[in-house]
Amino acid sequence: MIFLESCKMALASLLSNKLRSLLTMLGIIIGVSSVVTMISVGQGAQKSVTSQIGSLGSNVLYVNSGRVAAMPGASQGARGATQLLTMAEYELIRQAKGDLIQDVVPEAGTQSTVQFGKTTTTTTVTGTTADYARVRNFKATSGRFLKEQEVTNRENVAVLGSTVADDLFAGANPLGQKIRVGREAFTVIGVMEAKKSGPQDLGDQIFIPLTTAQKRLTGSNGIKQIIVTAVSAEKMDSAQGQIEKILTRKLGSAEKFTIRNQQDIIETVQSTTETLTLLLAGITGISLLVGGIGIMNIMLVSVTERTREIGIRKALGAKQKHILFQFLVESTTLSSLGGLIGVLVGIGASSLIASLGQWTTSISPASVLISFGFSSLVGVFFGIYPAKRAASLHPIDALRYE
Amino acid sequence: MITLQGIYKTYQMGAETVYALRDVDLQIGENEFIAIIGPSGSGKTTMMNILGCLDTPTTGCYELAGEEVSQLDDDQLADVRNRHIGFIYQSFNLLPKLTALQNVELPMIYAGAPAVERRQRAEQALINVGLKERMHHLPTEMSGGQRQRVAIARALVNNPVILLADEPTGNLDTKTGEEIMALFHRLHREGKTIVLVTHEPEISRQARRIITFRDGQIVADQMNEVTS
Repeated sequence: MIFLESCKMALASLLSNKLRSLLTMLGIIIGVSSVVTMISVGQGAQKSVTSQIGSLGSNVLYVNSGRVAAMPGASQGARGATQLLTMAEYELIRQAKGDLIQDVVPEAGTQSTVQFGKTTTTTTVTGTTADYARVRNFKATSGRFLKEQEVTNRENVAVLGSTVADDLFAGANPLGQKIRVGREAFTVIGVMEAKKSGPQDLGDQIFIPLTTAQKRLTGSNGIKQIIVTAVSAEKMDSAQGQIEKILTRKLGSAEKFTIRNQQDIIETVQSTTETLTLLLAGITGISLLVGGIGIMNIMLVSVTERTREIGIRKALGAKQKHILFQFLVESTTLSSLGGLIGVLVGIGASSLIASLGQWTTSISPASVLISFGFSSLVGVFFGIYPAKRAASLHPIDALRYE
Repeated sequence: MITLQGIYKTYQMGAETVYALRDVDLQIGENEFIAIIGPSGSGKTTMMNILGCLDTPTTGCYELAGEEVSQLDDDQLADVRNRHIGFIYQSFNLLPKLTALQNVELPMIYAGAPAVERRQRAEQALINVGLKERMHHLPTEMSGGQRQRVAIARALVNNPVILLADEPTGNLDTKTGEEIMALFHRLHREGKTIVLVTHEPEISRQARRIITFRDGQIVADQMNEVTS
């Protein structure tokens, strides 16, 4: 009964001061909407990265030399490492194929300019073997990937990533065309599908036979990275152990190489985005705090302005709880309405981002509920002091107030 | 119906104790029409506040409608005001954002009356003071006399035992003031108990009993042969 009346009174008073109510809510609106938006972007990024990495196969191991900085890009991972792996290590692992190890694929290469006619672009040139496409779950959209024979014969053939193909040929058919890589001429035999591995664009590279790359481009028999697939996901650990044993024996120390698996990479990505989410939560906390202080400020002003009203109500028989409740409903309405508007704005903003850019966004119900709930609590918390002050006014003093 | 005995009200001003009321005894019976007069600072406003349960005496007993109210806490006093006392102020004290009807409904909201009953009783109270046509107007859309009628309707709506009016004609022109006084006379004839505080001799002369305050004490309490 009284509850309902207090709500009506509070709403009436908020409506009679529309601009002020809106401005008061603005702090909460901005705080909540930015959080909902940012978390949706963050979660969307995490989801797409995780699924992309997952699509590369869950039984894949990456062998690099030295201690590699932990960016999960994989194929460029060994850059900056001092000592490259060599064909010797590759051969050793390849000979161990069997119960545990299914495929072994080397990657060698470098950055190079690639030219077709008058168009030039700079991209990663990856020397590898025919198994690469299968291991990476990577398909050609036209033509085909490298053949074993082309690797053995050290042929000058190239398979283009989708981005490179777009850059150089701009829609024309690249198959059979001659391109220049460094000073060498290569015949294009295929174009690969568009694919990403986390933040890395796998389409921004061209593939040539490993042997050709070592002879014509890098001039050494070094290998940047060896990709190994285990027979099954369950055999991953054993396969990793086997490779470790082989390489430790060969190189003399486990310090000289690193082996990472998809799980490690996914965990790195997840822990990064978790840190980011925590940071966002901190920002939310601060912006809601600021919004709450804004509400408290306005409520205090409102109590002072309405001292006489409070006096009149008390003279007519309003008890402390009635006044307290009336003001508390006002502040809570301000903050939860602000929260609600913030959630709607946030959802709108994140779908706008999703439609404008290439971003994936994902609204998490938890972030919506938590930020809305938290904003309502802010109203209660920051409304209590002004409401108590209003409720404890002495009726005579309040009535005398001009 | 109302009995005050040995009422003291003191304030501490620094080291000095100020006596706003000093040993006041007063009895008010049913259907009385009393004017309280006296110079400013004489204690008549303090007296009104205590009578109206807006304030409690420092010492002394106050019995209102059979209830000892001198020692009640804030919320209990609010309840007593709500049930037993109707206030009428010089400056009307209406809530400017509520219509006449909503203003009159206020005391019943705090009494917890259901909405339908509130509305009927508020409408009836406004009709009684001659404002049938102005019910849905805001105070700012009304003349001073109309506002004071709304205030009177609001004071009456919970059927209080006593009406307390503080300079009810102070903000009104002579003619409107007379109309409001006529309304008080009618309410008195209908059996209401009315206490009004005033400076104006023309007003106090219309009461049946005149109580004069000076320096926190009652210095005169005389019956008045009304001429009107």
